[in-house]
Amino acid sequence: MTDTTLPAPRRSGFRFDRYASGFLLLASIVLYVGLVVVSGQTKYLSVDNLVSILGRSITLGITAIGQTFAILVASIDLSVASLISASAVVTSVVMNGEPSMMLPAILAVLALGAVVGLINGLVISKLEVNPLIATLGMSLIIQGVLSAFYNNFAGKVPVEFQIFAYGSVGIVPYSLIFMFVLAGLAWFVLRFTRFGSDIYSVGGNKDAARNAGIKTSGVIIGAHVVCSLCAAIAGLYLASRLRSGAPWIGAEGVYDLESIAVVVIGGTILAGGRGGIWGTMAGVIIFSLIDSIFNVIGMDAFVKQVVRGIIIVAAVAFYAVRSKRPVS
Amino acid sequence: MSDTPVIEMRNISKSFPGVRALHDVSFSCARGEVHALVGENGAGKSTLIKILSGVYNPDSGTVLIDGKEQHFRHPQESLLAGISVIYQEFSLLPERTVAQNLFLGREPVRGGVIDGRAMEDETRRVLGLFGARHHIEPDTTVADLDVASQQLVEIAKAISLSSKVIVMDEPTAALNESECEVLFSLIDQLRAGGTTIIYITHRMREVTRLANRVTVIKDGEVAARFDHVPDPETIVRTMVGRDIADYYPPPGTPQERGNVVLGVRGGGNAFLRNIDFELRAGEITGFAGLQGAGRSALAMALFGAVPFTSGTVTLDGKGVRFTHPRDAIRAGIGVLPGDRKAEGLLLMQSVRDNGMVTARSFASFLASHRTNAHTDLAGMDKLFDRMEVRAPSYEQEMRVLSGGNQQKAIVARWLALKPKVLIFIEPTRGIDVNAKAGIYHLMRDLARSGAAVMMISSDLPEILGAADRIVVMREGRIAGEFPRGATEADIMLSATGEKHLAGEAA
Repeated sequence: MTDTTLPAPRRSGFRFDRYASGFLLLASIVLYVGLVVVSGQTKYLSVDNLVSILGRSITLGITAIGQTFAILVASIDLSVASLISASAVVTSVVMNGEPSMMLPAILAVLALGAVVGLINGLVISKLEVNPLIATLGMSLIIQGVLSAFYNNFAGKVPVEFQIFAYGSVGIVPYSLIFMFVLAGLAWFVLRFTRFGSDIYSVGGNKDAARNAGIKTSGVIIGAHVVCSLCAAIAGLYLASRLRSGAPWIGAEGVYDLESIAVVVIGGTILAGGRGGIWGTMAGVIIFSLIDSIFNVIGMDAFVKQVVRGIIIVAAVAFYAVRSKRPVS
Repeated sequence: MSDTPVIEMRNISKSFPGVRALHDVSFSCARGEVHALVGENGAGKSTLIKILSGVYNPDSGTVLIDGKEQHFRHPQESLLAGISVIYQEFSLLPERTVAQNLFLGREPVRGGVIDGRAMEDETRRVLGLFGARHHIEPDTTVADLDVASQQLVEIAKAISLSSKVIVMDEPTAALNESECEVLFSLIDQLRAGGTTIIYITHRMREVTRLANRVTVIKDGEVAARFDHVPDPETIVRTMVGRDIADYYPPPGTPQERGNVVLGVRGGGNAFLRNIDFELRAGEITGFAGLQGAGRSALAMALFGAVPFTSGTVTLDGKGVRFTHPRDAIRAGIGVLPGDRKAEGLLLMQSVRDNGMVTARSFASFLASHRTNAHTDLAGMDKLFDRMEVRAPSYEQEMRVLSGGNQQKAIVARWLALKPKVLIFIEPTRGIDVNAKAGIYHLMRDLARSGAAVMMISSDLPEILGAADRIVVMREGRIAGEFPRGATEADIMLSATGEKHLAGEAA
């Protein structure tokens, strides 16, 4: 009913849905600590263990930072997992154990990410292909090309580059610091720059943004370039950690669906225009904590998948109910 | 210099497939005037504004801004030329702050970073013009503001763009009395500062209060132009001025009026309060009211889409409680939605499939797609024939039909289920003037055949002409009930609550 709109009931007060990811994070921390204490395994409460919990989610975290950009602009990227595999393979093949090839390999991987993001963005914004289909197609193309050339671990990452994954300041790994610096940078871009503001506007209402003079296709392309660059960096990290790259490692980690899941758990809505990086980071940590909780109580890995599934659906249902209000 | 109008539109014509929206319309505005643009719904006011703002291109005619010919191809170009349009549906981003909305697409950047302080300062300055009583913080999220404040933010946006011309499309529709006063004094200030306001409204009181000049549009043409604001009766007469006698079917006779079919006692939900009314067989009951008065909320409550949470509903004397449209349809209630394309039609499917869709959804699991308990394809074709749906073939895709014929096809869809109550929401919106009469006669025929017809419309003349009884809604309540023969003024006073206020003041 566009002409005779429903009158909006006045709402006021605290909007719980905006802070829900924080509460969810708090709840999982409380649950974790509670379980550890109850089961008497207090050794799991050390700082060492905390760092190791976070360290397990670096690849997912870096990917999810990029995915946040894609989802905020009301798009989505299913090609990140394949791109991670491709980036890891390129990294290890180009380096091939030679420290002198580190820089060329990094540049090649970043260029690969930028090109994939550019194509994704162009196909979505200019050809107006639904983002699910466009990036699914991109994913199949990358995976197909990759499988044509490689079917196992190929190349080798030099010890110098393994520092990215294994080096640390005291007990804090470089990679963990890197992830949080990247998150901080993403937060800065989204919060303080014109580009970030445009991402929220285009994601919130594409027509209103266009009528306000924003070049919406440029913003969508930009968001996809950021997303693919992050996936490429995640591939660099994974190659460093596994000491080599193989064409299945991205798919094995389910980084496409898991990155979408943590973004959504973090309160960024799939329709775009609302959410942010810190929610996503909370989502990443929640996922890591769930893993740890299952380690502590020693439960089956399959049950873990079920619980993850329930949490994703419950979180989205929760947001949907909380933010249900008539559009005035 | 002062002779050159800020806006001059010369001999504008515009047609859409099947509808002549504007014919040879000329319209001009001087600097620093409030120019009221009045006319019935569908008269062509919004088409004219959309041509001015570059949403549509005219088929013929020219638009001059400050004496220079302009061809806007995009709303952005007219915005840069100093024309802001505040539409009834806001173009605000609900999840962003007031300041962010004000600067949408033109955020000030300093050293690569958005200058948040400059945005807040400018927003505070502009919002300050509204006075201390309407204080809005620049960092409030728009979704947290009420509708009136959102309206003010839209206006603030136009002011901060330093527009030469601001078009306001029924800006007071969602505002209460004191909020209206704030808006009016703001308009006075803007006019004194040399801004031109094009003010679209139905309310004569606002024309008298604000306008310097008035242009009346009727059926796509300029019906009258007044350089001084005449008395309201004169304006209304030029606005309506058509031969009402043949346009509308004759009213229902007392013999035709049957029993109460549907009754509501004390109905209420988040949008509605204390609703009491009855619908009778053989009668067309018109529902009038301003935008957001709760008329479509009432339809949605009766239909079970947004159910009542309190009160009782009786159908044929038996208590009923619908929590889903399926319950309501099964009990014999049908709704013809106002936005047919979005809510009623399967545009890519055939006329026949569109007609069969509801009957099929109530057929048994094993029924064929041709025949079910309610009707079959031949029966459906007969209904289309009876409704005089004009289509090259009933196998034709729905989207090729005109608006009037699409509406008739949906009526046929409901008739297959022999409904007791039919709710028409904006039954003639987007329908050509000549096809409208066909819809009114159709509604009368349905009433004669024993159905209770509920007609929700924002088009006051059509309610006055077609309904046997008129219920007026305001702010989610029933504000009054009038027999056939009530005047436009009676209804408007009841819908705006002005009589009420006058009574309090006396």
